[in-house]
Amino acid sequence: MKSEQNQENTKKFGMVIDLDVCTGCGSCMVACMAENNVPFRKDESDKLKSITWMRVYKLTNGKPYPETDICYLPRPCQHCEGHEGHSPCVSVCPATATDYDMQTGIVSQIYTRCFGCRYCMAACPYHARYFNWYDPVWPKGMEKYLNPDVSVRMRGVVEKCSLCIHRYQAAKNKAFMEGKTEIEEGDYQTACTQACPAGAITFGDLNNPSHAVYKLKQQPHAFRLLERLGANPKIYYVSSREWVRRAGDNYLKNEGPAKIG
Amino acid sequence: MKIDRRSFLSLGIGAAAGTALSPLPWKLMDDVSIWTQNWPWTPVPAAGESTYVNSVCTLCPGSCGITVRKVDDRGVKIEGMKGHPVNQGGICMLGLAGLQLLYAPDRIKTPLKRSGKRGDGNWISITWDQAISEVAGKLKELRANGQAHTVAGITGSGPNTVSRLFKRLLTAFGSPNFFTTPSMDSSYRLALQMMNGAPPDAITPGFDLENADFILSFGSGLLDGWGSPVHMFRTNTAWRKTQARVIQIEPRLSRTAAKADRWIAITPGSEAALALGIAHVLISESLYRKEFVDNYTSGFEGVVNATGELQKGFKQHVLEKFSPKTVSELTGLDPAAIILLAREFAKAKAPIALFGKGQGKQPGSMDEALSIHALNALVGVINQKGGIYALPAPDYPGWPAIPPDPIADSGVKQPRIDGASSDAFSRLNQLPSAVLSGKPYPLNALLVMEANPLYTMPDSKSVQEAFDKIPFVVSFSSFMDETARNADLILPNHVYLERHEDAPLPEGFSRPVISLSKAVFKPLYKTQHVGDTLILLAKGLGSSIAEALSWKDFDTCLKQAMGDKMDTLQKTGYWTDPNAVFPDGKMTFATPSGKFEFASSAFCPGFTPVKIEGDATYPLVLIPCDTMRLASGDTANPPFDTKIVEETILLHQASLIEINPKTALSQGLSENDRVLLQTPRGQANVLVHLEEGIMPGVIALPRGLGHTAYDDYIAGKGVNLNRLMGPVADPLSGLDAAWGIKAKLSKA
Repeated sequence: MKSEQNQENTKKFGMVIDLDVCTGCGSCMVACMAENNVPFRKDESDKLKSITWMRVYKLTNGKPYPETDICYLPRPCQHCEGHEGHSPCVSVCPATATDYDMQTGIVSQIYTRCFGCRYCMAACPYHARYFNWYDPVWPKGMEKYLNPDVSVRMRGVVEKCSLCIHRYQAAKNKAFMEGKTEIEEGDYQTACTQACPAGAITFGDLNNPSHAVYKLKQQPHAFRLLERLGANPKIYYVSSREWVRRAGDNYLKNEGPAKIG
Repeated sequence: MKIDRRSFLSLGIGAAAGTALSPLPWKLMDDVSIWTQNWPWTPVPAAGESTYVNSVCTLCPGSCGITVRKVDDRGVKIEGMKGHPVNQGGICMLGLAGLQLLYAPDRIKTPLKRSGKRGDGNWISITWDQAISEVAGKLKELRANGQAHTVAGITGSGPNTVSRLFKRLLTAFGSPNFFTTPSMDSSYRLALQMMNGAPPDAITPGFDLENADFILSFGSGLLDGWGSPVHMFRTNTAWRKTQARVIQIEPRLSRTAAKADRWIAITPGSEAALALGIAHVLISESLYRKEFVDNYTSGFEGVVNATGELQKGFKQHVLEKFSPKTVSELTGLDPAAIILLAREFAKAKAPIALFGKGQGKQPGSMDEALSIHALNALVGVINQKGGIYALPAPDYPGWPAIPPDPIADSGVKQPRIDGASSDAFSRLNQLPSAVLSGKPYPLNALLVMEANPLYTMPDSKSVQEAFDKIPFVVSFSSFMDETARNADLILPNHVYLERHEDAPLPEGFSRPVISLSKAVFKPLYKTQHVGDTLILLAKGLGSSIAEALSWKDFDTCLKQAMGDKMDTLQKTGYWTDPNAVFPDGKMTFATPSGKFEFASSAFCPGFTPVKIEGDATYPLVLIPCDTMRLASGDTANPPFDTKIVEETILLHQASLIEINPKTALSQGLSENDRVLLQTPRGQANVLVHLEEGIMPGVIALPRGLGHTAYDDYIAGKGVNLNRLMGPVADPLSGLDAAWGIKAKLSKA
């Protein structure tokens, strides 16, 4: 009975990001920081110390002027499923501070369990995890804008994109109050998806055929990052440009995305 | 008792076993782990009731609708307002970070009076009564001495009610020197005035970009903040679905160029020549739309001048001077590429050519504006679907006439200090030189509202010198910006989220929209709406000025200004003209000929290169560039937005210049080298960033960095480009047309 119920309710939240539409403006990064109480310091120009759950990378085709081309690639936590939930980070965490939720497909991060060994950061192939080297300090008065739905992290712990899980919880509560058993697609959207002015990010349940992501991920030009590692991420990208798709993995000159199944 | 080895060991083992069996070690470990996880200094945001308030973002001329999430009385998040005609729920990074401005630590909390030297940062808090009477007293004194015209006001706001009130105050006071901040909008309006015959005050350019299918952008940063940014992002996404093509013409692979279907790099400053080269192909190959050109335009074949002689028209002028070969030499583009581009442009169903470099904050060259507008006329997209047209300004019910007053009448008859004929095209760029030379008269007082000229105006050094010469400077700024820091008195305005005001005419949009900015938050500090401050000032000045601004408060004034639109504004948050059908396809023009004028006896679109400052000792050309992630106007970049600025633009608090690897090699430079960047106007230490996507010989530096005021989260990051570049007056508009400056690099 229980497993039957699980089967029915198993969700796999993920994203499809259209790199042809993404303009690299960075609104997703700011929306994420504003929603999730990500701190900032006086000097954020050293990106090794900068915490950005969502980060927009700039890719270039490496060709000389004027054949140069640029593509922007937003990178949240990829919420890898691995093989049966064995995500690279989950497998190495000695504190069970990060876990793969089979019900939602979200890789969680429990700050109070984390003791800052940073194994998960070393294991993550996508540099999606960040360590709090400093205590978060907001300039006097600015702590007023902090979101009560997201806990503020402290020095010494690792943090990363949560797929705005607090919004999922809020959507579930709302559905429960309204006597529904299921949440609507539009009720649970991440802050970055909602903010993207170009509409490049689509978010939803990858298992649900009625959700937009279900079809979008099956487009011929859809790919995932470093697919051959087997991390089985849930963030899909779409690009019509071949060099961008090639940049998604470490291909040899004579192989390409098309050649691997 | 003698402790032998045996008893020592047994005692030791016994003690260890006893401790292990007791709860002590576990209790201690538990205590230690609790202690290490005690973070009393980490803030815990208070829970409360969540509400959402709709308003409008006025941080840029885009005027997007916003929804502010509040938890009790705290603002927690700003999101895009669903259903707002401009942004349809979208939002940009500046709008998202708005709460960092509301809660910024460098906000000015009470009226301040300078003590000690100007710019030293020593202030005394004063009451509002004292502040108003100090300013009114000083202005009264000037007025009594016949110096009313030597007072100037600068506003950075668009044509909203507060700006109109500010102008009204100056006019009633007796000063002609009301300054708006010039931008590409000024050049567009002038071009529309010259070619469409539209009146200067009543119009703004309208762009029906959603319906265009071939966008020829002459360096417009369509995805870098041009027009209304969120609207442009949405339009760009729509273009992918309609398969519209975007051609970006600029020497640097900007964000816009990267997303365009084609990036065409041309010699910077030669845009007008390329536009006319394309016109040449359209004319010589008969690709232009004859129906429009023959029936609705004049000045194409010939122009009759004042003495009745027939002069060369636009056609002959272009055919003689702008053959693809000539234009190829000017732009560095292959003649075949020019011909191909022109053919594609002509064959598109709804082509449009756009003017206004980067974010369009600079007015630019009139040659360029006119040539590009002429290109649109050649393909007949003036007042057409998918084209460009003159939007009538929304009809504000008239305020009562300003009561006549002899001092005011003689004051406003004085020439403007910048030499402009009216404030519609005020030449802010000429203010510093006029102040420094004291001609036509010295400036005795300056009031600055929602503007930060000390940061945003080119040639910062001379702007600073000019400021030092003005005896009385009043700032209405909410923040301790560069201009406020150099003022004598600061009468702080509310931050936009605390203000009730109108936001008319989003830039780069197709329809007139007025949005209402609501006071989402009660004022956090003892600040005052600048509209109220102006009304109180008028009261303090008394006589006819008080009569001209006789409203009880700004809310009453706004209500009267909005008239019957107020109900809709309060209900939905925005107002659009229900009777307006745009584009209207109207082919009547208010020019002397009644037709669209390609040329007249007064002008003909041409190409006179805008002079670039610097001699042969400067081997490189420095061009400014705009990025969406940096706000370069009077709003400083909030900390979140500076955080997302790439390490190829700002690294270890230093600006990076973009340089082509080939150029860098010839200069002996490599990535992240520390260099001294010198131009005829100034110098700065910067880092080198090698970038394939920039034309060799050209280097680029972004606008929006290098603040020296505000707080540590904003100041001390990189270089302000305006320190390195000076203004170059356009011969036609008198506005700043500089597009670059010569520069050299040397290892620091």
